[in-house]
Amino acid sequence: MSMQQDLAPTTGDEVIQNYTINFGPQHPAAHGVLRLVMELDGEIVERLDPHIGLLHRGTEKLIEYKTYLQALPYFDRLDYASPMAMEHSYVLAVEKLLDLEVPLRAQYLRVLFAEMTRIKNHTLNIAHHIIDVGAMTPPLWLYEIREDIMAFYERASGARMHAAWFRPGGVHQDVPLKLLTDIAEWLDDRMPRLFEDAMSLVVDNRIFKQRNVDIAIVSKEDAIKWGFSGPMIRGAGIPWDIRKSQPYDVYDRMEFDIPVGTRGDCYDRFMVRVEEVRQSVRIMKQCLQQMPEGPVCSDDRKVAPPKRAEMKQSMEALIHHFKLYTEGFKVPAGSVYVATESPKGEFGVYLVADGSNRPYRCKIRPTAFSHLQAMDFMSRGHMLADTTAILGALDIVFGECDR
Amino acid sequence: MSHSAPLIQTPDGTMKAISKALGKHLVSIEEANHEIAVHIHCDALVECMIRLRDDCEYQQLMEIAGVDWPERDPRFEIVYCLLSLTKNHRIRVHLTTNDDQPVPSVTGIWPVAGWLEREVFDMYGVLFSGNADLRRILTDYGFSGHPQRKDFPLSGYVELRYSEEEKRVKYEPVQLAQDFRNFDFLSPWEGADYVLPGDEKSGEVAPQQPASKETAKRTVRKPKATGDKA
Repeated sequence: MSMQQDLAPTTGDEVIQNYTINFGPQHPAAHGVLRLVMELDGEIVERLDPHIGLLHRGTEKLIEYKTYLQALPYFDRLDYASPMAMEHSYVLAVEKLLDLEVPLRAQYLRVLFAEMTRIKNHTLNIAHHIIDVGAMTPPLWLYEIREDIMAFYERASGARMHAAWFRPGGVHQDVPLKLLTDIAEWLDDRMPRLFEDAMSLVVDNRIFKQRNVDIAIVSKEDAIKWGFSGPMIRGAGIPWDIRKSQPYDVYDRMEFDIPVGTRGDCYDRFMVRVEEVRQSVRIMKQCLQQMPEGPVCSDDRKVAPPKRAEMKQSMEALIHHFKLYTEGFKVPAGSVYVATESPKGEFGVYLVADGSNRPYRCKIRPTAFSHLQAMDFMSRGHMLADTTAILGALDIVFGECDR
Repeated sequence: MSHSAPLIQTPDGTMKAISKALGKHLVSIEEANHEIAVHIHCDALVECMIRLRDDCEYQQLMEIAGVDWPERDPRFEIVYCLLSLTKNHRIRVHLTTNDDQPVPSVTGIWPVAGWLEREVFDMYGVLFSGNADLRRILTDYGFSGHPQRKDFPLSGYVELRYSEEEKRVKYEPVQLAQDFRNFDFLSPWEGADYVLPGDEKSGEVAPQQPASKETAKRTVRKPKATGDKA
């Protein structure tokens, strides 16, 4: 108080200085290890400096010391909320360098599981966004969806999260018919029931709208300048979706709509994700209807391993298997940048091959980098409590951001 | 084209239009793997990027990637991945630089470049002139070295642990219980000229084929270790 009195021009005047606080690195609303250094004027955010890298594990460096196949599981561990979407960019990059054809069934399976991953990611993000602004019940119902999806993951790949199921050339193993029928039943009944129940509590809720509408409005120009992608750029009103504009696998055969926001605020970004879940259900149903029978991995034995049964009969198959799992396959020299529409936005892999069995350089383009960087200008002038809503609508996962 | 990666159709005359827009700043332009790579001079970066954004409609900067080529003279390659939302097309812009030659910053064109350049600086030590906030971004506070350089060891130089005695996090030189094994799979089946430890004493070691780096290192280290004991 004495200091304030010294600074005050006349007695009775209050002089308040800006102060700086730390948000995180251990904060439940930080969605991981994020440290935000905030300069506050009262409760108004004046400046915000995100400190990231607390989860940096050197993934790109490690990949340079692994064969192309050994590098794959690292991608599950990037965005651990949507593991198969991370694998998708990588396998497509490798296939592009090899110019490798993928059997049709494998492409359908990949799209099916990529969309399932999108639902998995969006339910997590929607749940956390809701919980960050104060509601408790909808997240619990949304977590049931997530739990179901992890059970499907396990039935397809053997792992609930880190699947490593997409492989260069296709997918690791075919799925049993029962899994596909179970997914179809789940899409018809349980999934929409849980999801629409949870959403009915939130989307028109007065408190939820007060916390989100008109918070952190992003214009179209800003969204382009700051390199936004995914729901962030669509929330700003630009109908851009890589699945539509640069289709990969069998997305060109799918019918789906791209939701866009009208105001570019946190509520729009939230609603874009809600609608994307419904569109993902549509895509998954089309996949199940159209999926043909056939092989699920390329028959190019220089890239994809032979079946176990084949190895018992054929010496050549055994040699191929041995060579693939020790030396790995060689990728012709060259470089590609392959970006797919991951649930969070454009997830890209810039892969430089030098003709050996290991990537010379594998640069991962995380979605979070551009979005989190923009948080400074998005938060300015908003209240401290709004930062959790803004952060929730950004959809950040630090495994991917820090790599 | 048989792969199923994202389909990017290059409109006719794109390469010509880019060459025309960049004029004398262009070093070379090539199409490989269905992607267009534009090589430009480091000094002309900002001007080229403005032309690419305004004349060629590449509105978004998606990524800046660094690549280290220790054997080349300008050692580092910086790759800018641009996206055109209107033309639905991607290009890459490449330039080369050294660690003492700063690259002009493109933060004035795309604010998103701020962190992307910080990351390249952190990982490779490439400087960006004009970036107002060129701090490290992914590595620890007080980190030294640039980990993505090819001469930086995979294990790093220091490891940290919490010391119960000192009640703080301590940094210590890395000690691995087992050496990192970097297998050389490229030629083990045909004619690999492996030198066993001690072979060099026979005096007739004049390998026609150069031994791989790993074996060379091993043979150098082994006699030293025995020499210490003796």
